[in-house]
Amino acid sequence: MNLALKDIRHNIGRFVLTTMGISLLLMIVMGMGGIYRGLIREATLLVATIGADLWVVQGSTRGPFAELSRMPASLEDRVRAVTGVAHAHRFVSHTIQRAWRGQPLRMVVQGLAWPDDRGDWIPLVAGRALRQAHFEMIADRSLGLQLGEKLRLGKDVYTVVGLTKGVTGTSGDGLAFFSVSDAQAIQFDLPGDAIRLERQARRARAEASDMGRIQPTILERSAGPSRGLPALPPPQISAVMIRLAPGVNAAQVMATIAGWPDVTVYSRAQQEEFLLGGMVSRSRRQLGLFRILLIIVSTIIMALIIYTLTLDKIHDIAMLKLMGARNGVITGLILQQALLIGALGYGLAYWLGTFAFPCFPRQVVITRPDLLLLAAIVLGISVLASLLGIWKAMQVAPNKVLA
Amino acid sequence: MNSAATPAMPAVETFGLTKVYGAGNTEVVALKDVTLRVARGEVVALLGPSGAGKSTLLSAIGLINPPTAGRIVLGGQLVLDGARALVNLRAYRRTQIGFVFHKANLIPFLTALENVQIAMEINDLAARPARRRAMALLDYLGVSDRAAHYPDALSGGQQQRVAVARALANEPRLILADEPTAALDSHRGRQVMELFRKVAHERQAAVIVVTHDHRALDVFDRTYEMEDGQLRPAPAPPQ
Repeated sequence: MNLALKDIRHNIGRFVLTTMGISLLLMIVMGMGGIYRGLIREATLLVATIGADLWVVQGSTRGPFAELSRMPASLEDRVRAVTGVAHAHRFVSHTIQRAWRGQPLRMVVQGLAWPDDRGDWIPLVAGRALRQAHFEMIADRSLGLQLGEKLRLGKDVYTVVGLTKGVTGTSGDGLAFFSVSDAQAIQFDLPGDAIRLERQARRARAEASDMGRIQPTILERSAGPSRGLPALPPPQISAVMIRLAPGVNAAQVMATIAGWPDVTVYSRAQQEEFLLGGMVSRSRRQLGLFRILLIIVSTIIMALIIYTLTLDKIHDIAMLKLMGARNGVITGLILQQALLIGALGYGLAYWLGTFAFPCFPRQVVITRPDLLLLAAIVLGISVLASLLGIWKAMQVAPNKVLA
Repeated sequence: MNSAATPAMPAVETFGLTKVYGAGNTEVVALKDVTLRVARGEVVALLGPSGAGKSTLLSAIGLINPPTAGRIVLGGQLVLDGARALVNLRAYRRTQIGFVFHKANLIPFLTALENVQIAMEINDLAARPARRRAMALLDYLGVSDRAAHYPDALSGGQQQRVAVARALANEPRLILADEPTAALDSHRGRQVMELFRKVAHERQAAVIVVTHDHRALDVFDRTYEMEDGQLRPAPAPPQ
């Protein structure tokens, strides 16, 4: 006869409520693990999705994700000339926040090197890739935009032609893909007055410099658009992405580019390392510590619940001892209930999580190894939690029945 | 029914049992040199006022509260020499002794049948035969129709009958009952006492009953009185 099951059958309401409480705790533990994994995934998703073999960035920086990187757009052509480089595309990416339908809308504006790159590689869940050089965009569903929806950014209106799911930037903001020129237009969009003021300031700077005095044309053009001053406009791109030709030794290409004094080159693995080691490591440690605390709290709460359940049965345990029950019978009663609460709590936590986690604003990634690890932890804390109850039961003298 | 005759086959014997609680100024002598011999098939009553040491004697004989000094012999085997156990007391309780208390002390999450069955399963009997025998015992005690009910759905008398069935589960040599009729009316109380007599005679178990109930003394083969930890034969009741 299984005494643990008999007790549960007789006190099913109490058992269900206890298990639900434990399951909610375990769901939080599971969720913390998922948030941690989500953080890592979000941090590395962009680098992994783009799939560039090498990244050329501003010299002595660890850009374009871990820190700011600015470089001239012409670098794209210089990189393309290196032996072994199959494709080189400019990387334009920046985060914007605009008001939309009365709510803040944060998105990572990502440039696609039109016409070579129209976003065919982007994992779409609806719609299509870009078909024209301007005024089309692919948005992640987390942004809340619908297919065909029109969105004003800067001075232009963009139409959502494709949708992705779970494609976010390192900070968890949804990605929106535009052609590079559109992305730059959004990035450098300024009000008319700001442009006019900048042109006046630029003219004043040119007049004060030797170059302005020697080259009168510069003074003339300083009052016009930046593109009229090819030598003076600010750096336009964040990085250049490289795809290597098949069979090419990456180290050799890296060595070539590393010889240039104005840039630094990194592999994809190095970029991921910067993201995880630099940007995510503190959050990762914080979540890890919080997770450990939650596990300790869960263990204590479980131990108290099992202890209370044991106290409720202490007279019956004394009676069982009086009848000559072996310690194994009594230990089994407590341990089996603890394991059952742990196992059912874990299962319920997983089930509830499948409904709750998708509603979280950032990705919650539950992986099989994490689930297995948590199952082992739950097994461990169930045994640990039952020890207090078992200890109490072992202390009870059979003559307590006579009291 | 009182008798001075003692059957030849002792189920339990005690020699000079002494139990002392505390020490120095707080010392209390609960049992003083108690010697008792009860044979199989015999029903013995222990009478006496509260604090006389009846329950202490019962718990000492029941191997749950060892004496400070003296010896206890069960079925011819010395099991306790003072506080020193010479056998596995828990195993001995499991196989040789049945207990009944003034409260039935049934396990609340087990049905009447399961309460009896568990006593046998604890003694390594397989579930199916244990269930069959438990049902037979409940039938023997007249409560088989309540087998599937939980203790809180049974009357006091029914609970006590189930407790007796549980005490009989492993066919013990010795049944110890501590005021088993305290919670029952006189009619039910007498029924339970007669049940002990029936069990003792039919199943050849020695039964020691601690009781305050003087109305059912005719049921017992012998009666003893305890006072200040000392045991002596009770005087014969007036005819």
